Amino acid sequence: MLNRILGPLRGAWKEATDSQIWSSIFRHGKPVSNRNRALVMMSNVFLHLHPVKSRKAGIKLRYTWCMGGITFFLFLALTFTGLLLMFYYRPTVEYAYADIVDLQEHVPLGIMRELHRWGAHAMVITVWLHMLRVFMTGSYKPPREFNWGIGVVLLVLTLLLSFTGYLLPWDQLAIWAITVGSNMARATPLLGTEGPLSASLTLGDINLINSGNDARFALLGARSVGQPTLLRFYVLHCVGLPLIAAFLMAVHFWRVRKDGGISGPL
Amino acid sequence: MSENPERPPAASGSSGSSGAAPAKRTPTERTPVGPKIAGAKRAAPKKTGAKQVSRREFPFLIVGWSVFTAAMAMGLTAVGRFLFPNVLTEPPSTFKAGFPDDFSIGVVDTRFKERYQVWIVRDEEKIYALSTICTHLGCTPNWLEAESKFKCPCHGSGFYATGINFEGPAPRPLERVGVSLADDGQLLIDKSRLFKFEASQWEDPASFLALT
Repeated sequence: MLNRILGPLRGAWKEATDSQIWSSIFRHGKPVSNRNRALVMMSNVFLHLHPVKSRKAGIKLRYTWCMGGITFFLFLALTFTGLLLMFYYRPTVEYAYADIVDLQEHVPLGIMRELHRWGAHAMVITVWLHMLRVFMTGSYKPPREFNWGIGVVLLVLTLLLSFTGYLLPWDQLAIWAITVGSNMARATPLLGTEGPLSASLTLGDINLINSGNDARFALLGARSVGQPTLLRFYVLHCVGLPLIAAFLMAVHFWRVRKDGGISGPL
Repeated sequence: MSENPERPPAASGSSGSSGAAPAKRTPTERTPVGPKIAGAKRAAPKKTGAKQVSRREFPFLIVGWSVFTAAMAMGLTAVGRFLFPNVLTEPPSTFKAGFPDDFSIGVVDTRFKERYQVWIVRDEEKIYALSTICTHLGCTPNWLEAESKFKCPCHGSGFYATGINFEGPAPRPLERVGVSLADDGQLLIDKSRLFKFEASQWEDPASFLALT
């Protein structure tokens, strides 16, 4: 019975892998030798970011928790669901909240927004757990210090993505959370109107840093949370931050390979 | 058959309480099974070189891939359905356009062009409604009062107030839409019904409101 089902499947598979289309895409033999297995990793634009070889102990689930992989998976899932949400969501004061409600009530299933929301919460958690794991296994030590640094920036980007996305539903929770959160930017050294040293930036009697040109204003596009803020956060959330994150992720994965593979003693 | 005499003592020794069962499970059925599996296991890798799936793994493979395929199919269905909302914000295809007396003879009424994409025209004996979609490539012509014609800005097609084309690339007249009288005496315009001149559908009484 086994062979009756698998036999034709194997035949079709063999036919496909012997075709010219297949050999034009995969320019190496089947991964049955160590050389071909290495070629699989190196001749593929996605896989070449991975280490060619990994120690079995280094990829054990109870060692890595797969937290980096889960974080990346969640990033992809959030990109996909976010793209679908962009078909319906309009980042204007007039429509934003109504569109979010419509996404739950006017669209079949109505869970796309929940997937995005819960996925985002999960990503913040997994990215912290990933950091914890890397710390506990000492994987930040040389030669992996640089990648630890990249990872910290990616952590901050994840939090910023979470922060900017928080405003988009444009409900009371969102508006006041961003009001409170962005108030911290007032205390930026030099560039925040209430921050240390900013009072020393004067030209005669004129204060160079005021509430109309400090860091908080750059964030909000206004003196208080309003339409310009919604648009800024939307563009950052959907385009700016994901682009930077994707770029740094490529560097992050590439360095995993260059720094001796998924962590473990070198 | 030569094995039979040897086997019964062993079978009865293992399960002496049930006398009928050993007779049914004849040793000739059982013994060949072992060598068959062993032979298949040894021979198959030589033939294909591919990794062999064991009998124990097989059900898990089937169930696993079935669940995966089902999940992907459901996900794709949900995503496909997501693109088609349950609620539209478009104006309805049927609407009331006021009373027949609101329209004057020989005037092309452009009030409903923006929202409903129809012109309503009254002549001596009837009221009819023209679709504002140019029959060339679907642009929206303008009613030029001074020249008494519809002129399409895209490629210059021209239509009379009746909808008949007379200049430019448009291959056929503008289409008319359904006109009837609602219960309250207002005009009821039904954009879901289209009437083509070239198909002689303009004579259909549903395409105009006769004024006697």
